[in-house]
Amino acid sequence: MVQKVPQSGISGNSSFRNMITNGDMQISQRGTSFASMGNGDTQFTLDRFGWYEEGDHGAAEITITQDTDVPTGQGFTKSLKAVCATVDTSIDAGTIAYVSQKFEGQFLQHLAKGTSSAKSTTLSFWCKSNLTGTFTISVIDQDNTRMFSTSYSPASANTWEKFIINIPADTTGALDNDNASSYRINWNLQAGTNKSNGALASAWEAQAEGDRAVGQTNFYSSTSNNWYITGVQWEIGDAATDFEHLPHDVNLQRCMRYYTRYDASEGYTRYASGFINSSTAAVAIMQLPVPMRAVPTIDHSGTAGDYSIYHGTTTTPCNSTPQLQVPSTGNDNATSVGLQLDVSSGLTAGQGCIFLGTNANTNNFFAFASEL
Amino acid sequence: MEIKNAKYVKDPLTNKNSAVNCQIGNRHCCVPMNPVNTDYQDILKWVEKGNTIEEAD
Repeated sequence: MVQKVPQSGISGNSSFRNMITNGDMQISQRGTSFASMGNGDTQFTLDRFGWYEEGDHGAAEITITQDTDVPTGQGFTKSLKAVCATVDTSIDAGTIAYVSQKFEGQFLQHLAKGTSSAKSTTLSFWCKSNLTGTFTISVIDQDNTRMFSTSYSPASANTWEKFIINIPADTTGALDNDNASSYRINWNLQAGTNKSNGALASAWEAQAEGDRAVGQTNFYSSTSNNWYITGVQWEIGDAATDFEHLPHDVNLQRCMRYYTRYDASEGYTRYASGFINSSTAAVAIMQLPVPMRAVPTIDHSGTAGDYSIYHGTTTTPCNSTPQLQVPSTGNDNATSVGLQLDVSSGLTAGQGCIFLGTNANTNNFFAFASEL
Repeated sequence: MEIKNAKYVKDPLTNKNSAVNCQIGNRHCCVPMNPVNTDYQDILKWVEKGNTIEEAD
C-alpha cells in the first residue's frame, strides 16, 4: 500500500542538515590514539576534530582516543575520549585548550549570517565526564572576529547526557564565500583567567577573550579526568532533531575533503604508477578520491627507505622522502597531486614504474592534508 | 606547533621553489607553497618569527 507522507512528517529532517562532519566519530584515518599532546600542540585527532592549545600550558598534557563507550540505544558505535595525561594546576592566565571543528565559509552561506535574514541554529551532542562542573563552548566567527559562548553542566558523573545549545542568529558580519576557515565551534576543556574573567556571550558580540570560557572546569586537575563526546549535530532552526546517521562511505568521503590517507596493507604496497625521467628520479600522478579543499600537503613516514620504485623487474629503494610536484590540478578543489621519488642510481629514463612501499615493513603511507 | 628541517623543493619543469620539505610537530611532510594551505600559512608565520627555510639542492 502506498501512503502519502504528510509534509509535517518530514519537516526538520532534510538530508545533510548536519553541518558537522563526522559527528558520530566513526572516521579516524590518522589512527585511534593521540597521546600526550601538550604545550602548544595543535593536532588533528579523529577526522575533522582537532585539539588546540593557546598559550603556555607548561606540563599539562592530554590524550585523545577513538573509543567505543557510547550512549545506549542511539545507534552510535564510536566516541571521542579525552583524558588528562599530565596534571597542571597552575596554568598561565592567557591559556585556553579545546576540541574544535572548523568550517569553510562557502559551506555556511545558507545561514545568511550578517543579513536581516540570518538563521538561528542548534548544536546538540552527547557527552559524559567524571566531572560534573561547568564546561563551556565558544562559537567563533573568524571572518568578523565575533563570538557566542555558553556553558553546559553534566548532571551526573560518568553518565551520558544529551545537551542542546541554541545559537542565536547573527545579523552582523557576513561569512566569506570561499574555502578558508570562517567559523569554528570549540568545546573548551581548560581556560586561564584571561579567557574566563568576563561574561558568557549569550548574544553574538565582538570577540572578547575574557568571555570565551567563563566558569570552565580545569580538566587538567587530575589524571582521573575524562570527557567523552559523540552524536554532534549542528543544524538550522531552534530544535534539535535526531542525529542524522550518514552511510559510512558518505561520512568518509566528506572527511576526505580535508584528509586522505593510504596505508601500507602489506609488503610492496602499490601506491601509484608513473614514469622515470632520469637515472635517479621518477614522477607519478595520484588521483584523489574526492576533490580536496586546497592543494594538499603530503604526509609520509619520514624515512626514505620506507619507499621504493618498481621498474622493469627491479625494485630500487628511495634515497629521499616523497616530494610534492606542484602545481596540482585545482587550487580550490584539488583533484590530483604530482609526486616525485628519488633513488641514488639505476633507473632508465622513459620507462614506466610503480611507486611502492618496501617488503621489509609496513611503516610507509601517503596522506594528503588540506585541513582548515 | 614546532617546525623543523624546512627546505625548499624546486619544481623540475619551472626550476622555481614550489614546496617545502619539513617536519611539523610529529608530521613529516612536503607542503605546497599555496596560500590557502594552512600548513604553508604556519610555515610563513614561522618565517616571520625569524626562522629560515633552507635553499633547495
